[in-house]
Amino acid sequence: MSKLIFEKGACGRNGISLPEMDVPFQGVGGLIPKNLLRKELPLPELSEPEVVRHYTNLSKLNFSVDGNFYPLGSCTMKYNPKINEELAALPGFTQLHPYQGEESVQGALELMYNLEKNLSEIVGMERMTLQPAAGAHGELTGILMLRAFFKDKGESRKKIIIPDASHGTNPASAVLGGFEIVEVATDNSGGIDIEALKKVMNEEAACLMLTNPSTLGLFEENILEVSSIVHKAGGLLYGDGANLNALLGKARFGDMGFDLVHLNLHKTFAAPHGGGGPGGGPLGVKKQLIPYLPVPLVDRQGGRFFLNYDLPGSIGRMRSFYGNFLVMLKAYVYILSLGEEGLRKAAENAVLNANYLRAKLKDYYELPYKKICLHEVIFSGSRQKAKGVRTLDIAKRLIDFGMHPPTIYFPLNVPEALMIEPTETETKETLDYFIEIMKRIAGEAEENPQLLHQAPHNAPVGRLDEAKAAREIDVAWQASG
Amino acid sequence: MDYSGNTPLQQKKMLAEIGLRSLDELFQSIPEGVKLKSSLNLPKQLSEIELVRELKDLADKNKSTSDYSLFLGGGYYDHFVPSALKYLIGRPEFYTAYTPYQAEASQGILQAIYEYQTFITLLTGMEVSNASLYDGATALAEAAFMAVRINKRNTILAAQTLHPEYLAVLKTYLAGLDLTLRVIPHNEGKVDLKELKNYLNKDVSAVILPQPNFFGIFEEGEKTASLARKNGSLCIASVDPISLGIISPPGKWGADIVVGEGQALGSGLNFGGPGLGFIACRMEFMRKIPGRLAGKTRDERGKTGYVLTLQTREQHIRREKATSNICSNHALSALAAAIYLSLLGKNGLRKTAELCLGKAHYLSEKIAEIPGYELKFQKPFFKEFVISSPHPVSKINRKLLENKIIGGLDLERFYPVFKNCMLLAVTEKRTKEEIDKLVKVLKSL
Repeated sequence: MSKLIFEKGACGRNGISLPEMDVPFQGVGGLIPKNLLRKELPLPELSEPEVVRHYTNLSKLNFSVDGNFYPLGSCTMKYNPKINEELAALPGFTQLHPYQGEESVQGALELMYNLEKNLSEIVGMERMTLQPAAGAHGELTGILMLRAFFKDKGESRKKIIIPDASHGTNPASAVLGGFEIVEVATDNSGGIDIEALKKVMNEEAACLMLTNPSTLGLFEENILEVSSIVHKAGGLLYGDGANLNALLGKARFGDMGFDLVHLNLHKTFAAPHGGGGPGGGPLGVKKQLIPYLPVPLVDRQGGRFFLNYDLPGSIGRMRSFYGNFLVMLKAYVYILSLGEEGLRKAAENAVLNANYLRAKLKDYYELPYKKICLHEVIFSGSRQKAKGVRTLDIAKRLIDFGMHPPTIYFPLNVPEALMIEPTETETKETLDYFIEIMKRIAGEAEENPQLLHQAPHNAPVGRLDEAKAAREIDVAWQASG
Repeated sequence: MDYSGNTPLQQKKMLAEIGLRSLDELFQSIPEGVKLKSSLNLPKQLSEIELVRELKDLADKNKSTSDYSLFLGGGYYDHFVPSALKYLIGRPEFYTAYTPYQAEASQGILQAIYEYQTFITLLTGMEVSNASLYDGATALAEAAFMAVRINKRNTILAAQTLHPEYLAVLKTYLAGLDLTLRVIPHNEGKVDLKELKNYLNKDVSAVILPQPNFFGIFEEGEKTASLARKNGSLCIASVDPISLGIISPPGKWGADIVVGEGQALGSGLNFGGPGLGFIACRMEFMRKIPGRLAGKTRDERGKTGYVLTLQTREQHIRREKATSNICSNHALSALAAAIYLSLLGKNGLRKTAELCLGKAHYLSEKIAEIPGYELKFQKPFFKEFVISSPHPVSKINRKLLENKIIGGLDLERFYPVFKNCMLLAVTEKRTKEEIDKLVKVLKSL
């Protein structure tokens, strides 16, 4: 690996040019009490070219959507359009302070107002908060809102029902909102087990958190029945919209009976993931939940846009200011670039690509759910496991061919899971190359398992020892160490 | 433009391989009753040329710091963002990658996060930093949860001098777990330590102290931390990272957990987001810290590499027993912070802090010389201060805006008792000329 930034540089080097003090200044000591002063500031000293080379070289060690096929299931690694980045860099957007008077940020507020309208229309909700910074943050917002909703109704519902195939954030968010988790199983067809749901959906359950399409890449075919069971028991239906990409212009959460749903702007709406964020996790709600939305909302009076704090039933604030504005902007530009027709085509090609992989690889890898899938296809590495090759080995071998591995070992109810989401922005040629390599790896698993156990062979590093990392914790460089 | 590359002919071939005849058949699992039959009410699709025009029109409706001198702060500041930083975080190898689940294909971002974590520990004087959180407010709420996990007590004491929006977020978050939030009143712009003593009891999990506080004033960090410790409570500090160029780090004065808004470290203003939440703690609390951590390890050949570690704390393994629900964080903003601190280094950060300190004091002195104006609190401050004026803040700000200046924050918005009080912030970007102009406009009122 390359040296750390802290092992580079030399005393007296400088990577920034700052103006001289142009006002009378009596020195730090004259303005700050001595006991508050810092004695040592142990930061490195580097030149600008050194810093640029260091981080440029680090960037080269990364796989990325621009450079590689990146079929991480449930993450929707579609292409991030360059026009979005260019427009998000306009000074009229980046150089705005959140506390400027509303009259001086009308363009920004108009953009947020329009985005809320568009997203609400796409998923069939009445209103939406753009405040959540990520999907899990949207989940927590929704959980706190439905808690307030039931409190107002005088109902004490302490449980939230979550399918076993759900994203791990669902139960984690529900617990942070003060709920207990009741898990329901997935049936043999990949849907929620209806009979199991009926048993647990009672007056103690506040809601069912359902991902649709599910993390198995399947549409919840009994959705109307599910919705009816939940609502008849007085509960609410929460939608995890992480997989919305499959449904754009095809079906809407609101029409399926969902009462609230969060989206991921950094998945479906092409905002980049940034190596782990920042993202955007807006939450849309039906009418009865509007009073509980976080403040502020962007509203309009005549031709003027304003931040509305006048929501007496609001759960309050979920973060400072208004959300990840630049992420919203990229999502807005994306919606305008595609229009309704483009969004529908995106869903169609995403689903077509996933099913093409399913059809071409099903003879080589175990397919637990043998039916048409939506945005992603789940295989199991169980056949290869019988030969002593684990899904982890298959994943690492893909790196040798310049392709990012799919999501692995998730969902938890599929053993040795390989969750592949190609997205619509990959061409048939790329998919064909991936298919060829996956077939080759299936062959290697039979003939030369050792080759897979030792993969990757030509990455910047060989297989890393995660157990050692957890055992001998080293999460920050130390001058002595 | 939909960015997909499959031609109609290719689609046909692919459908044939799948055994279907039309794209519609791909969606046969969606029940007829919920299939979208009508068209959506969305704006019409735009070409790139039209898009640029549309968005520039929106941008032009805003008044940005390209044309206006900004003296607003209140948790978000107009600090300098070096060109080299913008160029580096614009590299698609960084911004178009996902969370580094596959370490061997993500060494760039993993090493950068490890470096970011190190920078935060060096800056705060703590031993462990996570890989980032959303913003300063949510980082504070996470720190409160963390304290409760550590000592199993149920009350959080927060200074009234905290950012009002941070207090609001704390209130929202703590309500979820039925935890109690009590606010310690201030006395003349600073936490009243006598009051703090009255609030301390065996239910208090942590005391939250901003340093400097929302009014820009320095609090009694050491005394507060010591009172908390004697009560068996933790001390959480919420800090301005730029101030740490010259101010003693919380690790030195006894804080147990440190959080803050890292927007100042190279993220820019962005109308309030994205910024960066940072959180750091002492080593003994490492396993309680929320979110991701990058750790150092070796590969099979003994070569150094980096991975996400201690993932057993996280929700994809622990589900409902996870330390938090954080999945996506603000990795790219964390990268920006690492690059920012690399470029500024020891001398650049110190000088930036000094420039803020010097210029803010120059402005405060000049305003105090104007008849009718005075510094609201006569206490040491960093780059922000409160003035009381003979005019309503809205009137002042209107006049300033006419003169291409964006004035300070009207404090009455958050504290109804502070009538005609304005919170002004001055960063290294403001010049003497801009400051003098602001003073001139005030004199003219």
